[in-house]
Amino acid sequence: MCYVLVKPHGVESWCITCSAEGVFLNGGKTDAGDEINYERKSAIYKDIVTFLREKSVIFSENMSKHATKFKEQQQMEKDQHDKALKKEETATFHKTASGSGKSTLEKNQINFVKNQMTRRLEPSLNWKTTLDFKSHRSSVKDSQQEKHGGKFEKVRSSASHGRAQLSSKSADKIEEISSENSSESEEDEEPADHRQEVNVDLPSEYWQIQKLVKYLKGGNQTATVIVLCLMKDFNLVHETCQLAIRDVGGLEVLINLLDTNEIKCKIGSLKILKEISHNPQIRRNIVDLRGLPVIVNILDSPYKILKCLAAETIANVAKFRRARQAVRQHGGITRLVALLDYTQHASQPAYSSLYETTDVEVARCGALALWSCSKSYANKEAIRKAGGIPLLAQLLKTSHENTLIPVVGTLQECASEENYRAAIKAERIIESLVKNLSSENEQLQEHCAMAIYQCAEDEETRDLVRLHGGLKPLASLLNNTDNKERLAAVTGAIWKCSISRENVSKFREYQAIETLVGLLTDQPEEVLINVVGAIGECCQDYENRVIVRKCGGIQHLVNLLVGINQALLVNVTKAVGACAVEPESMVIIDRLDGVRLLWSLLKNPHSDVKASAAWALCPCIKNAKDAGEMVRSFVGGLELVVNLLKSDNKEVLASICAVITNIAKDQENLAVITDHGVVPLLSKLTNTNNEKLRRHLAEAISHCCMWGRNKVTFGEHKAVAPLVRYLKSSDTSVHRATAQALYQLSEDANNCITMHENGAVKLLLDMVGSPDQDLQEAAAGCISNIRRLALATEKARYT
Amino acid sequence: MNRKKLQKLTDTLTKNCKHFNKFEVSCLIKLFYNLVGDVAERPGAVVGLDRNAFRNILYVTFGMTDDMIMDRVFRGFDKDNDGCVNVSEWVNGLSLFLRGSLEEKMRYCFEVFDLNGDGFISKEEMFHMLKNSLLKQPSEEDPDEGIKDLVETTLKKMDHDHDGKLSFADYEKAVREETLLLEAFGPCLPDPKSQMEFEAQVFKDPNEFSDM
Repeated sequence: MCYVLVKPHGVESWCITCSAEGVFLNGGKTDAGDEINYERKSAIYKDIVTFLREKSVIFSENMSKHATKFKEQQQMEKDQHDKALKKEETATFHKTASGSGKSTLEKNQINFVKNQMTRRLEPSLNWKTTLDFKSHRSSVKDSQQEKHGGKFEKVRSSASHGRAQLSSKSADKIEEISSENSSESEEDEEPADHRQEVNVDLPSEYWQIQKLVKYLKGGNQTATVIVLCLMKDFNLVHETCQLAIRDVGGLEVLINLLDTNEIKCKIGSLKILKEISHNPQIRRNIVDLRGLPVIVNILDSPYKILKCLAAETIANVAKFRRARQAVRQHGGITRLVALLDYTQHASQPAYSSLYETTDVEVARCGALALWSCSKSYANKEAIRKAGGIPLLAQLLKTSHENTLIPVVGTLQECASEENYRAAIKAERIIESLVKNLSSENEQLQEHCAMAIYQCAEDEETRDLVRLHGGLKPLASLLNNTDNKERLAAVTGAIWKCSISRENVSKFREYQAIETLVGLLTDQPEEVLINVVGAIGECCQDYENRVIVRKCGGIQHLVNLLVGINQALLVNVTKAVGACAVEPESMVIIDRLDGVRLLWSLLKNPHSDVKASAAWALCPCIKNAKDAGEMVRSFVGGLELVVNLLKSDNKEVLASICAVITNIAKDQENLAVITDHGVVPLLSKLTNTNNEKLRRHLAEAISHCCMWGRNKVTFGEHKAVAPLVRYLKSSDTSVHRATAQALYQLSEDANNCITMHENGAVKLLLDMVGSPDQDLQEAAAGCISNIRRLALATEKARYT
Repeated sequence: MNRKKLQKLTDTLTKNCKHFNKFEVSCLIKLFYNLVGDVAERPGAVVGLDRNAFRNILYVTFGMTDDMIMDRVFRGFDKDNDGCVNVSEWVNGLSLFLRGSLEEKMRYCFEVFDLNGDGFISKEEMFHMLKNSLLKQPSEEDPDEGIKDLVETTLKKMDHDHDGKLSFADYEKAVREETLLLEAFGPCLPDPKSQMEFEAQVFKDPNEFSDM
């Protein structure tokens, strides 16, 4: 047992008690400053890390960030710790013998906390080992290592969950990969279920609640209703009360009441369950006690107030995967969707006014529940199949903010699925979303922007947003930077809308570009990712590139090249690449060492970052002054690029080929990469059906032909025959690149023979008549080389 | 009763009745006379439902079982306190019973619970009404401990003016905050299901209803 003072970031200190049962918040230091108020003030957590993760947002964020660094640090500090332990052991051994061990341990533990908040503390174990330190020293080290190792695994997995969550909002690719996990909160890691210790001093509410639950168990309907009303009076938001109800078997009673025919009891019970299910542990308990099927059945009740209460309870409980699954499995989704149909309810006979409420209220509660449930992919599908979308569309036309928010929330969750986007277009939902961007309610604005962000993957939607006048409110919302969640949603919507050039022009009109550049500093990552994404898209236009440069945007963009956030890096490299098209901007980029930073991103572990950096390097090399020398100045740079040709990832390969094409324009560099073996590596890639890769590969080959024996070597490495097959592709840019490559290769006689044998002539002939001039020339040139060889062979035969 | 008389009675009662229309009133009148049975109309004799007959109806039709409460309901219907619910009291009582507004029901329930009619619900009255509502624990020293405690807690919650008893104002405030407390001390209104069944049956086809 020990007491620890924890000073987390940004909050005042916490005094916590670490005991064999677990870790919890105590009453803190008394005024005297020497004593601690031992009364338990919070729930019990398994260990300090869990406690801190639950209590401090910043801590859990940092945990996910530092998960990768953890192992090295752990090793280092473990060594330090062992040393410290050895020193302390002799000292503490004597002290413990004299009985004042507690304070020493306290000091030890506080030191540990200062150094590594992520280390699990095992005070009792240390205590034992200091007593038997001679015999157990080695075994303690091993078991501690094991313990830390085990804990580390768990921390790792939750960290990667967290990571996926952080970037899932903005990086499309990551969304696709982890679509099952998308927006699943970290609550999926089930927290330890702690019963409250009876011995510890409990507040009076606990005993009062216990009494009330006892009456519930033994009361008739009248008494039950009274007790339920009394119970609701407790501050049910308080964890102590929530857990008190659970610990004395109250949950079972409440759920059993739902199974009776007594309406008043059901109402009273649901009112309580609705409140206490805000607590994550209680939610799990409710699901474990098979409460969800019972609650779902109540959705069938003819009494609107019961429908509402049941739906609101489901909304609170369905915040983790197992619960959402259970709702669906018991037919909850279909019933909830039925609640949305509020015109239908009007025809039902009116029962006693005590059990009634408005139809819109019923729809609102249904939407709330669906919002919670829609975080799971299977539920999104179920909602759609149950006919949810037209009903949601209809609800969007109301003006009740409280109804609109969960409706838009649900749509926004579901809009990540393609099936939804078609239906969303059909139901004219975009129009309503745009209208509500101008609402006064910030949460509503945020969700509308998020929904637009999700839907704007689709071109028609992007046009619809513009046509319904959505771009202007989005641009003006950029100026409110206080609400970060809303800002992230707005910038996300702007990013995706900017994929359409007409929208970009509009954004320029509204002076959004300048504002976006202004947002490149001092913003959280979620916002930055989207801002940079938007700038990247906007910079496809010349005028915007000028604006970005004039606003000093390039400096900020290059500064962002040193981050570690994968999604951000992908967007930054793209933006920098877009800017590098302007020679003037290129000067700035080069001066800021941007090209070197891009080059080093080729070593980034993520393929999409590598590829994006490579694509960005192409305009850099093309537009830099003294490009050849610049490229040579990167030590090991050329070798790095050539080695990336061994990658498995098609996007990486295509982008690297494009880089090689640009590098090869400089003779000296071409010689160097030839030495590094670029020819065999390129040849090996030729057996591909990927059009993008084919095109860039052919371009690279045609440029690499211009050095030494490379033409011949390509032939020796069997690159020619596959290239001929590319001529059968449906993509004109592939034709052009291939024809040019073949033209270069055809200067070698053996290659001509190979081409002829593979039927190149006929294919090339078709292309001679192409409207594309470069293709024409290359095709013609190639054919003429082949013909010339044929003629020469004929001549040789006759002489 | 002949048709003309029935018509006149219907008109009179409908005028005073807030929640039923003419058709519904006539149904209720017919039901009333059906329940009362064949009684010769003698001058001076009051035609109506006596306590037992009324309580029987409450039990059979509305599923009420609490004797004390049923008694109070009878008193609530029997406004002129002559031990008999006549046709007018019947219609007006049902009007509130089935379709009263929240205000009307609050008044009605309060009167039901105010056992001695002094305008307050006292602790003793509460105890009296709730004394059988909790399972008695045989192990407890005082078997009524639970009820006493419940009554105390309830009083504490609802007694807003802290005078140790519930005035109508106290009760009204509590009910407005939490509608479930309307019938806090006993079920004196019909549950929605039996109400619905009653209305469906009675107002559907006046010639067809079966024995109530």
